[in-house]
Amino acid sequence: MPSVGRSPSRREGPDKLCGAAKYIDDYDFGPETLHGVTLRSTIPRGTIKSITFNPLYPWKDFIIVTSKDIPGENVVALIEADQPLLAETVIRHPMEPILLLAHPNRQTAYEALKQITVEYEALPGVFTIEESLAKKQLLHGTDNVFKRYLIEKGDVAAAFKEAAHIVEGYYRLPHQEQAYIENNGVASYVDKDGTIVVMGSIQCPFYVHKALMKAFHRDGSQVRVIQTTTGGGFGGKEEYPSIIAGHCALLALKSGKPVKMIYDRHEDMAATTKRHPAVVRHRTGVAKDGRLVAQDIEVVMDAGAYVTLSPVVLSRGTLHASGPYDCPNVRVRASCVATSTPPNGAFRGFGAPQTLFAAELHMEKIAAKLGLDSLELRRKNLLRLGSTTSTGQLLTQSVGAEEALEKTVKKSGYLKKRREYDAWNQKGSNPTWRGVGLAVCHHGAGFTGSGEVMLASRASVQLGKDGLVHVLAASTEIGQGTNTMFAQVAADALGLPLEKVVVDVPDTARVPNSGPTVASRTTMVVGGLVRRAALLLKADLRYAPKDLKKAAKILTKSYEVEYERPTDVVWDDKTYKGDAYGCYSYAAMVVDLEIDKLTYEVTVREVTTAQDVGKAIHPLFVEGQIMGGTAQGLGYALLEAPVYKDGFMANSQLTNYIIPTALDTPPMDVSIVEKPYSNGPFGAKGVGELPLDVPGPAVAAAVFHATGLWLTELPILPERLCAAALAEAP
Amino acid sequence: MIKLTVNKKKRSFAGHPFKRLLDVLREDFGLTGAKEGCGEGECGACTVLVDGRPVNSCLIPVCQAEGAKVETVESLGTPDRLSRLQASFLECGGAQCGMCTPGMLMTASAWVKGGGSAEPKAIRGALAGNLCRCTGYQHIVESVAKCVKKKARR
Repeated sequence: MPSVGRSPSRREGPDKLCGAAKYIDDYDFGPETLHGVTLRSTIPRGTIKSITFNPLYPWKDFIIVTSKDIPGENVVALIEADQPLLAETVIRHPMEPILLLAHPNRQTAYEALKQITVEYEALPGVFTIEESLAKKQLLHGTDNVFKRYLIEKGDVAAAFKEAAHIVEGYYRLPHQEQAYIENNGVASYVDKDGTIVVMGSIQCPFYVHKALMKAFHRDGSQVRVIQTTTGGGFGGKEEYPSIIAGHCALLALKSGKPVKMIYDRHEDMAATTKRHPAVVRHRTGVAKDGRLVAQDIEVVMDAGAYVTLSPVVLSRGTLHASGPYDCPNVRVRASCVATSTPPNGAFRGFGAPQTLFAAELHMEKIAAKLGLDSLELRRKNLLRLGSTTSTGQLLTQSVGAEEALEKTVKKSGYLKKRREYDAWNQKGSNPTWRGVGLAVCHHGAGFTGSGEVMLASRASVQLGKDGLVHVLAASTEIGQGTNTMFAQVAADALGLPLEKVVVDVPDTARVPNSGPTVASRTTMVVGGLVRRAALLLKADLRYAPKDLKKAAKILTKSYEVEYERPTDVVWDDKTYKGDAYGCYSYAAMVVDLEIDKLTYEVTVREVTTAQDVGKAIHPLFVEGQIMGGTAQGLGYALLEAPVYKDGFMANSQLTNYIIPTALDTPPMDVSIVEKPYSNGPFGAKGVGELPLDVPGPAVAAAVFHATGLWLTELPILPERLCAAALAEAP
Repeated sequence: MIKLTVNKKKRSFAGHPFKRLLDVLREDFGLTGAKEGCGEGECGACTVLVDGRPVNSCLIPVCQAEGAKVETVESLGTPDRLSRLQASFLECGGAQCGMCTPGMLMTASAWVKGGGSAEPKAIRGALAGNLCRCTGYQHIVESVAKCVKKKARR
């Protein structure tokens, strides 16, 4: 019986449920193990004048590592070589790593940090997008801009002249913390043959591998990275593990002992990456009948102190900025700027939740201005088969936006609720305001443009002596279900029962480089590779004995395949025109909420959503992705408010950075729409990021319905809502 | 010397009496099921039962558990023989990354043992001290409800 489309048990589920799954801090590396800690900058910007160790302290008991101990280049290898692994003299952000200590006792190692005094020459910092754009201080180049993109479709200026209405809007998005429950952590040791080994909580083992090669000046065979059970990632373990792994390996190399580096929650929140804050401006020309005729959009994101992944985040934000609509004339101007804050990085959605919030709430604004229902406005402009996106991509298959929208509207009782709540809100004696809000989003699956071609990802299957088919890929299981999904895809391609397939641990010494576990690409791209590899094995199995153990004696080779660009996907990086993604997934959501008239607290009563994922390989896990992403999106919309003071995160604790609990999260009605994509395995597209795009704008739309107030900045905290209401009061 | 019962086994601890119960369980008793997520009693990943009640083991010094019966996730079942609650979580998608799971299970097991209802809102209230960032909670709530219903049928 085929397993794709059913929901078999999570592969590593029993171990996780019994406390037997081993996360990095659960490993015992023996009595010699040291614990590594990091001395970090206490100023946002300046230079180090001196570092003084308390002369009365027993430093001989410690391993001390500075930038001088780095055998290779002092750089975190990613896109640009601008970020040092350890600061030498220049400090560009708060919490920047300066030196490392290791000691057999974790507590003692932390205590010893207080015995080191760093003297600085401080410089004024730049903390906001506005300050950076105003060149208050020059942090980078001549204008503080790390990267720019321009999309141009049609003739925007001419179209505005023809437009019946012009609607403008300004939207603002904050930082957001990934808040995986397991903090960043790794361990490192040097093998007998001199190989540097790093194990840990990692999304992308080959990113870490590449960074270590550069920092330690070694070739790939002398560095080995192994993923351990990972307690959530959401992008937060995409690029940062390269830093902590480098640090831990430096201590291991110098000490000759195994070293563990496990961040506590404060350090993890204060020092590691966040979602990019953004400001987005919209100017939209609309025809009399409600058709969009021109979109002029400006996006600026706060990259933080170093380039890291910001150009790629900005790219995805730019490509999604016009929303899931077909508009003939579009211009998007986007940039990301330097500030004196810790670098912002990958977080589920990767720039799209910011620009889609603006695009979708702006649709509400247009509808209000034209006196139309926003549902009608969306129906008129939604992407359909035959539509072209802002980059001129012609959509020829797998467009489920309309079906997702109609299903969501119907199941949620949206129109009926609009009327009922209008009546409810008219009655002054009611203690609350009620509202329903709608949003529709698209999300490109896989790396942008030519990204997948450049990655040239590989995956393989091999028949083991144990008579099982082993899937070898670098894609990590971080909770989303990779292990189970790969097993399903391989088993069905081979026509074997699911129990005959095992998915091996991502270990750079054993698995091919399948690219990073990001960008909603694991099922569609790497799942596709696993399927192709399995089909190669299947072809050979026809001539082998039925008993797989016997067959393994003959079929000893590894069946490895590499990504092949679908011939129908064409992209030009220079002009930003063409097929930005192989395909898009689509989601519609209705949020039903209630606002207390006294406290302005918002309670989400119910969420209804339908999402087009091409094909749900594992429907239960797809639902899990949709509901988990929705909860994070609701947190982004209503609760999660990072506070920054002089570039430092002031609320770097789960006590004061509030993420949703079971009581904050509403019941969710989830429907899966399946518009198959011909280049995805069994028709599958991506689902990882899409669900986080929709809640923000749907919440803001519902707040507008309930109160008539435009809350154009997230999160919509009671105090912000109260201030907006008071400002409107007669 | 501090004496306590952990998962029905008598244990003693001779180290610092103010060492966190979580660290004693993980480092001295080798029970790494309970996790540290925040170290300040917010996330609930370290939840264990002390005399049947869910507590954050990162917040109590081991001396406070003197003479107590402590139960950790390791007491519930084994990968080959899951408890009813664990089997419900497996079936309903109640665990994703698994980091909150040991704590979530201990809180849920106290709820089920204490005769808690299968009503979703009530379960949400019972689990409000355990943060999960993966699931959006609904599959967890359904897992607990399923276990309560299975128990009632038995």
